[in-house]
Amino acid sequence: MKMTPKTATLLVLAALIALTPFFFPSGYYYRVGALLFVNGIAVTGMVILTGYAGQISLGHAGFAGIGAYACALAPVHWGLHPALAVILGAAISAILAFLVGRPILRLKGYYLGVATLGLGILVAMVLNNERQLTGGPDGMAVPELGLRALLKGWGLTLSNGEFWYFFCGLVLLVGAWLALNLYASPTGRALRALHGSEVAARTVGIDVARLKLQAFVISAVYASVSGSLLALQNKFVTPDVAGFMHSIEMVTMAVLGGVGSVLGAIFGAGILTLLPQVLTVFAEYEQMVLGLVMVLVMIFLREGLLPSVLRKFRGKDE
Amino acid sequence: MLTVEGLRSRYGRIEVLHGIDLEVQSGEIVTVVGANGAGKTTLLRCLSGVQPVSSGTITFRGEALVPVPAYRRLARGLAQSPEGRQIFTNLTVEENLRLGAFLFADDRVEKDMDDAFRMFPVLKEKRNLAAGGLSGGQQQMLAMARALMGRPSCLLLDEPSMGLAPIIVAQIFEVVKGIRDLGVTTLLVEQNAFGALKIADRGYVMETGHITMSGGAEELIADPRIREAYLGI
Repeated sequence: MKMTPKTATLLVLAALIALTPFFFPSGYYYRVGALLFVNGIAVTGMVILTGYAGQISLGHAGFAGIGAYACALAPVHWGLHPALAVILGAAISAILAFLVGRPILRLKGYYLGVATLGLGILVAMVLNNERQLTGGPDGMAVPELGLRALLKGWGLTLSNGEFWYFFCGLVLLVGAWLALNLYASPTGRALRALHGSEVAARTVGIDVARLKLQAFVISAVYASVSGSLLALQNKFVTPDVAGFMHSIEMVTMAVLGGVGSVLGAIFGAGILTLLPQVLTVFAEYEQMVLGLVMVLVMIFLREGLLPSVLRKFRGKDE
Repeated sequence: MLTVEGLRSRYGRIEVLHGIDLEVQSGEIVTVVGANGAGKTTLLRCLSGVQPVSSGTITFRGEALVPVPAYRRLARGLAQSPEGRQIFTNLTVEENLRLGAFLFADDRVEKDMDDAFRMFPVLKEKRNLAAGGLSGGQQQMLAMARALMGRPSCLLLDEPSMGLAPIIVAQIFEVVKGIRDLGVTTLLVEQNAFGALKIADRGYVMETGHITMSGGAEELIADPRIREAYLGI
């Protein structure tokens, strides 16, 4: 039986999410898993922007920050339900990405990198400095999502860790499904085309500027939702979520795992989420080891870990 | 069908087209020949809209073309097979063809693809392979097939013979001749003056941003100046 890559990816992902808990030595690993999925969601957005469309962003943590703070602020100030706050955050991120994306996406290569970097830093600065509203660098509390209590009412009792593990896993699955559908759609094909050659993309009638903007907005929504889920499960948020390091992390995870494939990028998110847990023993060297891993992957496995390894297994048949 | 009048274009401060006039009638194959750096590709880039025009007009099927952005020109019926082929190397052959029909979502896309495969059987064999793996000649065929998928009334071909072996070049020119039978008008820009003039109805000779000669293709082939300068006879 021949499976499409889309079905295969989704099955692998679903199986991993459902089965790994059986090997968890302690409840703590649910927490790690949930973090991995949250990162996976942001990174799936990067696959659409960078892997499909070939555009880079070093400021996507800014959108994660918007998503996170929407969940902290909207319930407190406007009495909005946290679930609706996730949608509000995504909408604000999308609008910001739309407004800023038009001028920014005219840039290419490192100019685009620096412009998006500025965007991310701006969001982080606002969050840091608007003390009365955001609590500044001290951060602020985020209300309970309330879904776990609802599930309990229906007779499904999950621990906090279990709930966030499965909930974030589910959102990741949906995100991956959407991204994979996009890949095969005419829009996805057009995105990959402009990645290959913008001139040729124009000659076949593709509105390159509009399409890049679409990819930028979509990936901003992914980052925003990821930020929201992070804030909701931590029940606390600090401006770090919008910080430069977080932006870099998103790009690094995607590139490390293989930015051209959804599964690869999520795999990268997994490694960079798990590695610090493993490396806690020598915490001082953590950054160094991560840096070394990055350099080695870029030198020896240019396509990213997963695609390169898969190719080795299959032999050179493609 | 296509009229260019007084077209000027520049790269920064350096003007490379100093007022080009040319005309393509419906159903013709018209070729623009000239040496490297004469401005042929710049001319085509102006026509397809990826190069800014500093003055002059382009009229296509009675409409001013200059204000129309590049990606809208295919919808007006003007397709381009760009220089250096510019196929989407990371996509499959079939995906490349489907992108050629990006503007359409009807049943004719499948029919057009069958036609393309009939015209270029080698593409059918390789339809699921990455286009980057095709040979130069096959990539050129793919570029032309992709342009035809956009259902153009006029096709702009930029140096289809570039970098190809002589035997493949002959094949490519045969294909260009065949495009006329599809009812598509062709403007062919070529360094290979002899090959291009042999299949064309009319020709223009371009030198350093000017049209220096024009006329019927047979006439030009017979012209001693051309024979000396371009045909090496």
